[in-house]
Amino acid sequence: MSSAVVDFDDALAAFDPVLGLEVHVELNTASKMFCGCSTAFGAEPNTHTCPVCLGLPGSLPVVNAKAIESAIRIGLALNCKIADWCRFARKNYFYPDMTKDFQISQYDEPIAFDGWVDIDVDGETFRIEIERAHMEEDAGKLLHLGGTTGRIGDAEYSLLDYNRAGTPLIEIVTKTISGTGSKAPQVAKAYVSFLRDLMVSLDVSDARMEQASLRCDANVSIMPKGTTTLGLRTETKNVNSLRSVERALHHEICRQAAVLSSGGLVQQETRHWHEDGGYTTSGRLKSDAEDYRYFPEPDLVPVAPSREWVEELRATLPELPNLRKLRLQGDWGFTDLELQDVVNAGALDVIEATVAAGASPQAARKWWLTELARRANEAGVELAELAITPAQVAEVQGLVDAGTVNDKLARQVIEGVLAGEGTPAEVVARRNLAVVSDSGELAAAVDRAIAANPDVVIRIRDGHLQAAGALIGAVMKEMRGQADAAAVRELVLAKLA
Amino acid sequence: MALTPADVARLGELARVRLTEEELVHLAPQLDVILASVARVAEVAGADVPPTSHALPLTNVFREDVVTESLAADAVLAGAPSVEDGRFRVPRILGEEV
Repeated sequence: MSSAVVDFDDALAAFDPVLGLEVHVELNTASKMFCGCSTAFGAEPNTHTCPVCLGLPGSLPVVNAKAIESAIRIGLALNCKIADWCRFARKNYFYPDMTKDFQISQYDEPIAFDGWVDIDVDGETFRIEIERAHMEEDAGKLLHLGGTTGRIGDAEYSLLDYNRAGTPLIEIVTKTISGTGSKAPQVAKAYVSFLRDLMVSLDVSDARMEQASLRCDANVSIMPKGTTTLGLRTETKNVNSLRSVERALHHEICRQAAVLSSGGLVQQETRHWHEDGGYTTSGRLKSDAEDYRYFPEPDLVPVAPSREWVEELRATLPELPNLRKLRLQGDWGFTDLELQDVVNAGALDVIEATVAAGASPQAARKWWLTELARRANEAGVELAELAITPAQVAEVQGLVDAGTVNDKLARQVIEGVLAGEGTPAEVVARRNLAVVSDSGELAAAVDRAIAANPDVVIRIRDGHLQAAGALIGAVMKEMRGQADAAAVRELVLAKLA
Repeated sequence: MALTPADVARLGELARVRLTEEELVHLAPQLDVILASVARVAEVAGADVPPTSHALPLTNVFREDVVTESLAADAVLAGAPSVEDGRFRVPRILGEEV
């Protein structure tokens, strides 16, 4: 059940939160970390397994070169030092998600260490120091059955699928993050979001939290203001979305503050986040006596990346997502808020491509964040999945700029393109959407509107120019919207002058 | 550093081996002998001898990221004491993980 909490503001008035974030990233290699089994998601259970990933006696693991490459590139992107010599280690534990009774991981010799990243929250920059990024293998998947809740505490037995066992993982661990105050939950969310974007831009992982290819364990403790002794921390698991990172930490801070304020002690433990109820429950007690009896993995020889190799990999790093955002914001002249909207809508790539195809940044932003965002939302797809290319969006804006269509008609053009009716120009031709440029036809429509609305004409002649709207409306209606309203207005006023 | 029965009890817990009081008392000095022997080996190595974790003087043994054939699922499950829906069936795991 959910525990007592105090109000967030009250908690922050009395305590300073200290964070530590562990993010697991599943690499997108084709094969597993130590064997050639496929890592493809969604296969029939236990069809992607072999003697190595099942830990059968006599089998020998061999390291996937691509996984090492990805690990080094991630380390470099996080400003880490890359070990010139490091080993794998066995982490021993008894749990059926690994048949070997150990997980191959790294212990005191991570491949990457001592890095940092700068995270922006509301215009304030927080430096997150990276303790280490190490390589390990993922575990199998358990299905708890026989109970009523699907949770282990209630289960009668468990079923195991080892397809995921042995998938390469990178675990990225921060140093303790303090000084974030009330922004702690936001900083954590922004950091995980940064990592997600980074993994995608490095093309090393799908980094999809909902599919657990990026997972975050959030450690938090609080200390009374004015003190410097770290409190006991909890580690919250099952945080499966960016939003839950923020919510879970918000909740944990409030819960721990309630415990300490009422004279209690925070237990050092694992806690389980419940997305629906928005609270955490106690899991396993984490004592310092936890003992995984790490020792060097005897079946794998050390990894010693040459400096030449590391520099070669450094040269493959793409422009980092946060720097790219800053560059594009500068190029486009967007305000912070405008850029934030673009980022939140996932529209950075499509807008960049639309601008590259010739549209102005503001026009590109307008189409993707309004009409196209609405259509993507209706269809339940990402912007990039819409059946219109950035170049076509730029073409639509070109038609508007050239006066061929007005905004309203342009939306019909987009509708036509999305419906598969062809390019914007083809849709304009097929649907006969071009604004009427025949001045005779337009002039005749204006004359008819003037004749039909003598009272409006009197008001305009009396100086009430805003009354012209009624005439323009009448003309637009007669032209079925296929006229340029500004041109109609000019014509009306000229005739009445 | 003499190993106490309490140390042995902790080791038993970690290895999931249930030990009686009698066995704890019996095993502590025996394990001590092993530890002492290993300690003597450690004395031989000077500061100039790095700790060895691997017998072979090799580094960077890699394979290309290429998918190879996996075992057939029925072969994988053939040795399992209990199977359900193509998965290994195991008893409920008590209070160790969430």
